[in-house]
Amino acid sequence: MSKPVDRSTTGEPMTLSFGPQHPATHGTLRIVLELDGETVLKATPHLGYLHTGFEKLGEHLDYNQYIVVTDRMNYLSPLSNNFGYALAVEKLFGMELPKRGQYVRVIMAELSRIADHLIWLGTSALDLGAFSVFLYGFQQREKLYKIFEDTTGARLTTSYTRVGGLLRDLYPGFENDVRSFIRDFPKKLKEIHTLLTKNRIWMDRTKDVGQISSEYAINYGYTGPCLRATGVDRDLRKIEPYSSYDEFDFDVPVGSNGDAYDRYLVRMEEMIQSCRIVTQALDNLPDGPINVESHKISLPSKQETYGHIEGLIHHFKIIMDGHGIQPPVGEIYCATESPNGELGFYIVSDGSGTAYRVRVRPPSFFHFQAFDHLIRGGMVSDVVAVLGSLNIIAGELDR
Amino acid sequence: MSEEQTDAEVVEPPEPIVIQQLRERFSDHILTVIDQRGELSVVVDKDASFQVLEFLKVDFNLSYDFLVDVTAIDYSQMEDVLIEYGYARYMVVYHLNAFLTNERLRVKVPVSEKDFTIKSVVALWNSANWLEREIYDMFGINFDGHPDLRRILMPDDFEGFPLRKDYPLRGRGEREKFNFGRENV
Repeated sequence: MSKPVDRSTTGEPMTLSFGPQHPATHGTLRIVLELDGETVLKATPHLGYLHTGFEKLGEHLDYNQYIVVTDRMNYLSPLSNNFGYALAVEKLFGMELPKRGQYVRVIMAELSRIADHLIWLGTSALDLGAFSVFLYGFQQREKLYKIFEDTTGARLTTSYTRVGGLLRDLYPGFENDVRSFIRDFPKKLKEIHTLLTKNRIWMDRTKDVGQISSEYAINYGYTGPCLRATGVDRDLRKIEPYSSYDEFDFDVPVGSNGDAYDRYLVRMEEMIQSCRIVTQALDNLPDGPINVESHKISLPSKQETYGHIEGLIHHFKIIMDGHGIQPPVGEIYCATESPNGELGFYIVSDGSGTAYRVRVRPPSFFHFQAFDHLIRGGMVSDVVAVLGSLNIIAGELDR
Repeated sequence: MSEEQTDAEVVEPPEPIVIQQLRERFSDHILTVIDQRGELSVVVDKDASFQVLEFLKVDFNLSYDFLVDVTAIDYSQMEDVLIEYGYARYMVVYHLNAFLTNERLRVKVPVSEKDFTIKSVVALWNSANWLEREIYDMFGINFDGHPDLRRILMPDDFEGFPLRKDYPLRGRGEREKFNFGRENV
């Protein structure tokens, strides 16, 4: 979007502060726009309004406590963050979950991908004036959040994973609930397709808006749907399969144009593919334990804790301050395909119960960085469309 | 773990091609190569860091074209690492990924407090811009040749560098400075 701007016909450029309390920013971030009439000459993003010191906290909380912090990173899909962090610590230990644990994690991560995309869809369409899509999307999301609540006990602050396992196994009616959601969901998504995909206004507002070429996208560190919309086929679930993703058959949707419309199409198709993965995982869901069989890492059952002295000792060793779970010395970078892109955790361990350094690689940070590149030369009304299409989450942006 | 290590000593598998190539070109500047848990790290002298990263990116066969992440670590509480790298307190860590082969590589560059400046890689990757600003913000490391080096997450008038190990989790900082509209509090 870098059309040359003829400034000779107009007067002085005007500065407009977009945010931090603008409803379309979906979180607290600010963009200082330099405008010539309605044309954007320059956009300077300002961030840090939601800086919470997550990385500093990681050096002071033990490995299981930090899972609570990961909920707050991308607050639209906390389950994916829980998953990514637990996976990183497990990689540090060099262990793998039993199959059932892996499958349950995949199911929850894919459901949370659908939930994340639905919120993105609803709010970004709402920004462009499509109110019904917002309601349609949130109706479906509500069903998912009901499932999350029944499984984890919370709608948003799920904290579902533990290092070496999960908080608890699925509840008895889980499969029914998910299957009935998956049965209905494609129909509902089709309704949204009829509302938006060929809609003249939607196409005018999003086609060729916020365009980025694949070269620039790679140079700016794009990942996830935003990168795939430019035509680059890169999905960590395919190229670095983790947690048994290689056992599922699914396609990776790829766009071609790299504009807001392609990002929309890619995300819409990803929801369908997530449904496929969840269906396969439910069909083949193995029985057995969900946690690793090591009481140095995962808590013993309550019967064991109260009935046997070994169980009590293991429980004490994991819970008490200064004991905890202690991974070997070393460092690890572990990336997962979160709904927004590559969510990486870089953990340096000094062998004690708390990490020496926790670095989070948030996908939104990279998407937002290229914002000036995306919007320069566009119209001021496109700012909202582009920002919506990127799905910037301030929680993971500022950490 | 111990079994793997003894195996490695006996068999001595050849070094990965990228390490061979780096050794060929920058033999004096390669300090350590660590292959741990299937992740390859190479510690590079600060003088050559830009050239090494440029080579890794531009070389046709390697083409580590994707800069995944740049971050830093304050090693002041890890005695053995400090001793190994001549009491260089910080390490700037680059995570690279090659799209073609999907290989990952970690490049670590020790930065000592005496010479607190490292060459910026914004000329190679646009994505490094904010990442280096964040390191400057959190650790105070300067980046030579960075187009716009200022604080990013913390306010512009903030003092101190929060991710340094000597910066406490709580007890010092901006809270005391707010007087909530009252004078001399």
